[in-house]
Amino acid sequence: MSAVPAQAGDMTSPVIRPYGDTTGDGRVQVSFTLPVPFGTEHERAVAEGAALQLAAKMGLEPAMVVHAKGMGQAFTFFIVYGRSSHLVDLSEVTVAEREFPVLPAAEINLRIRSGLGRELVVLGACTGTDAHTVGIDAILNVKGHAGEKGLEYYREMRVVNLGAQVDVTYLVARAAAEHADAVLVSQVVTQRDAHLAGARALADAFSTGMSGGGAAGGERRGRPLLVVGGPRFDPTMATELGVDKIFGRGTTPREVASYLVHALTPEPATAGAGT
Amino acid sequence: MTVQGAKLGLDPAMVRAARDLARIAGQPIVDMARSHSTVSVERAVLRLAGLDGADEGGMPWVNRVVDAVRETTGLEHGVALPAWDALVSGGYPSLSALARDAAAGAVKFRVPEGADAAAARAAAHAALAQGFAAIDARRAQREAMLKQTSDPPKPWIYLIVATGDIYEDIPQAQAAAREGADIIAVIRSTGQSLLDYVPEGATREGFAGTYATRENFRLMRAALDETSRELGRYVRLTNYASGLCMPEIAALAGLERLDMMLNDCMYGIIFRDINPRRTFIDQRFSRQIHARAGIIINTGEDNYLTTADAVDAAHTVVVSQLLNEFFATEAGLADWQLGLGHAFEINPEIPDSFVLELAHAQLVRELFPDAPLKYMPPTKHMTGNVFGGYLLDAFFNLAGVMTDQSILLIGMMTEGIHTPFLSDRDLALENVRYVARAAGRLGENFRPPAGGFVQQRAQQVLAEAVDLLRRIGADGLLNAIGDGTFGITRRPADAGRGLDGVFERAEGYYNPASEFLEGGQR
Repeated sequence: MSAVPAQAGDMTSPVIRPYGDTTGDGRVQVSFTLPVPFGTEHERAVAEGAALQLAAKMGLEPAMVVHAKGMGQAFTFFIVYGRSSHLVDLSEVTVAEREFPVLPAAEINLRIRSGLGRELVVLGACTGTDAHTVGIDAILNVKGHAGEKGLEYYREMRVVNLGAQVDVTYLVARAAAEHADAVLVSQVVTQRDAHLAGARALADAFSTGMSGGGAAGGERRGRPLLVVGGPRFDPTMATELGVDKIFGRGTTPREVASYLVHALTPEPATAGAGT
Repeated sequence: MTVQGAKLGLDPAMVRAARDLARIAGQPIVDMARSHSTVSVERAVLRLAGLDGADEGGMPWVNRVVDAVRETTGLEHGVALPAWDALVSGGYPSLSALARDAAAGAVKFRVPEGADAAAARAAAHAALAQGFAAIDARRAQREAMLKQTSDPPKPWIYLIVATGDIYEDIPQAQAAAREGADIIAVIRSTGQSLLDYVPEGATREGFAGTYATRENFRLMRAALDETSRELGRYVRLTNYASGLCMPEIAALAGLERLDMMLNDCMYGIIFRDINPRRTFIDQRFSRQIHARAGIIINTGEDNYLTTADAVDAAHTVVVSQLLNEFFATEAGLADWQLGLGHAFEINPEIPDSFVLELAHAQLVRELFPDAPLKYMPPTKHMTGNVFGGYLLDAFFNLAGVMTDQSILLIGMMTEGIHTPFLSDRDLALENVRYVARAAGRLGENFRPPAGGFVQQRAQQVLAEAVDLLRRIGADGLLNAIGDGTFGITRRPADAGRGLDGVFERAEGYYNPASEFLEGGQR
C-alpha cells in the first residue's frame, strides 16, 4: 500500500463546502415552519420573503423556496434550497471522546456471554426518601426511554428493580444476596442537595457494608459497581462522591448497558480466546 | 364466520379452535378476578360515587379513604360497606366531608351487619346509581354529537399530541383535527402508569407526555367538541386506562366522555412490571366500565413487535388478540368496541417484507371481522433517514388501506428523533390522504391466489398461534407469563408492582358498582 501523497490538490484540502452535484457548489436543502399565514396572494409573498430572509441569515444565499404550504390559518411549511456561504475546516473538527463505545444490544449481550459466561446482575433503586422512579424505570423497564429498550430487554442481564424509597442498608444486603455486579441508583430530588447526600450515603454504605472494595478488572468485585443517575448530577463528580460512574440528564438505557459491559467485562480482543 | 371477503382460505375449524383455546386459557384468570379486588378497584367505586379532589399534598381523597379503611377494618369486604356505614351513621353530608375526617384518623370504620349493613348498601347503591346515570348521559351525549356532526368514514386517522402541558396540547389537537385527524390521543407523562394515584387538576408539566387527570380530560373533550362542531365531524379523544390506576382512569374516562382508551390485558405486566394479578383484576373492572360507557378499547399487541422480531413473533400478536377478545367479551364489551392492535414492524431489509405485512394484516382482519382494528406504523426500523421513513410510512398506509384496517395511527417520518413537529404531522397526513385517494379500491382487487405466498403465510401464523394457545392452556396463563412467553421478560404471578394492593374478597364482599356492571355481560 503506497502512502497517500501529501499534496493531491483540492481533494484533500481541509476546507470543504457542501456538495450538491458539483464540487464546491455549496448547495444544501432545509425545511422549516414559520408562524405566518399562507392565504392571500400578499400573505404568500410575505411568507416566501420571510423564508428567504431566514435562509440568508442561515448563510444560504442565493436561496430558492421550492415548496411552501399553508398549515392551518397561521403556519407555513417551506422547503428551501440554497448555496451555503460557510466553509467547513476539517482541521478544526473536534470529536468528543467517550471513555467507552456505545454498543448495539446484540453486542452487549455477546460481550456479557463471552466475557462473564453468566448473567450480569443489575440491582436498581431510588434510595432514601426519593419516590421519583421515572429515571430508574426509564433505564430498567423493558418499555425503556428515547426509543431504546430498558436493561430488562437484554437477555444476558438479570435486573432486579427495587423501586422507590429503598433504604441503603437494605440495598447493600440485597446486592450481596443477589450477587449484584452493578447497583444503579436514581436520585431526582435535589432540594438541599439531597441527590449528592444520597450518593455519598450509598458509597459509604457499600464501603462499610461489603468487604474487599476496589475494582479488579473483569473479575467479580468485592463490592458491585456503583452507578448513580439523575437530571441534576454533574457527571465529573463520581470520584468526589465515591461512586464509579455518574449519568446526567438525557442518558439512554443503551449508554448505561454499554458502560456496564465496558466496566465489568474484559475487552473483546482478550475475551475471544476464552472458553 | 362473517368474513369480509375471505381471502386467506382459513380453516373455520382452526379459527374456532383458536377461540376455544383462548377461553380455556383465560377462564381461570376471570375466576380469579371475580374472587379478588384491588385498592384501585375500590378507589374507582368512590370516584364513581362522586368523590373527587385531593388533600393539600395532592393525594386524592379516594386514596386517603381506601387507605384509612384498609388500616382500620381491612378492605376484604370492599370499601363501600365501611365507607357508607360511616357516612350514614356519622351523619356526614358528603363523601368528601367523610374523607377529610378519615384522613385525619377521626373515623372509626367497621364492617356493618344486619340493618346497618342494609342501610350502608342502600346508600352506596344510590350514590353509584347517580354515577352510572352520569356515564349513561355522557354516552347519550356522544350519540347526539355524532348525529349533530357526523361520524367520519374508516379508516379513522389517529394522531398523537404530547407536550406535557394541557394548554399547549389543546391548540395542537385542534390544529391536527382541522388537518384531518379523526382521533386525538394525548400521550401520558412517562411513568404515570406506575403512580398508585391519579393526579388532580389541569397540569402543565409532564415528562414526554401530559398527565391523565379528570380536569385534563374535561378540558380536551370540551375543546374537541368545539372543533367537532366547527368541522361537522366528530373528533374522538383517546387516553390510557393502563397502569396501577386502570379502573379509576376508566371511570374518569366514562364520566368525561372519552371515546377510546388504551387498555391491554398484558401490557402493564410485560412492559411495566406490574403484578399480573393486579393487572387482570383491574383490567376486568375497567373493561366493564368501558363497556357501559360505550368506549372503544385499544389493545397493545404492537408493543410485542418492538421487542421481538415481527416475523418470528407474529403469532404472539394473534394469541394476545384472542386473549384480549376473550377478556373483553367476558367483561361485556361488544365487537365494535374491540380496537385490537397490531403493527407494521417487519425489517424492511427482509425480502417480501411488505407481502408478509399484508398477510399478517389480512389475517387479523379476517379473524376479527367486526372489530375496529388499530394498525400501528413502523417505529423499530425508522432509522433517522426521514426520507426513507416517509416511504416506509407510505407502504404502511398502503397495507392499511388494502387490508381494510379501521384505525390508522399515522406514522411520522421523524419517529424516534423528536416529538413531531407541526410539519411532520402535516406531511404524514398528506401521505395517508394520497394513499387512500390513490389506492382506496385496491383492497377489493387484492385476491391472493389459493395456496400462494400470502395464504400460506397467514395460515402458518394462525397454526403457530393455535399451538402456543394450546401450550398456554396446559401451563396456565399466569405460569406462561411467568416463563416469559410474551415479550421476552419473565413476570412471576407473585412479583411486580402493585401486588400489595391485591386482596381476596371475603364472604359478604360488596361492590356497589358491580350491581350495575355485571348485568352488562352478554
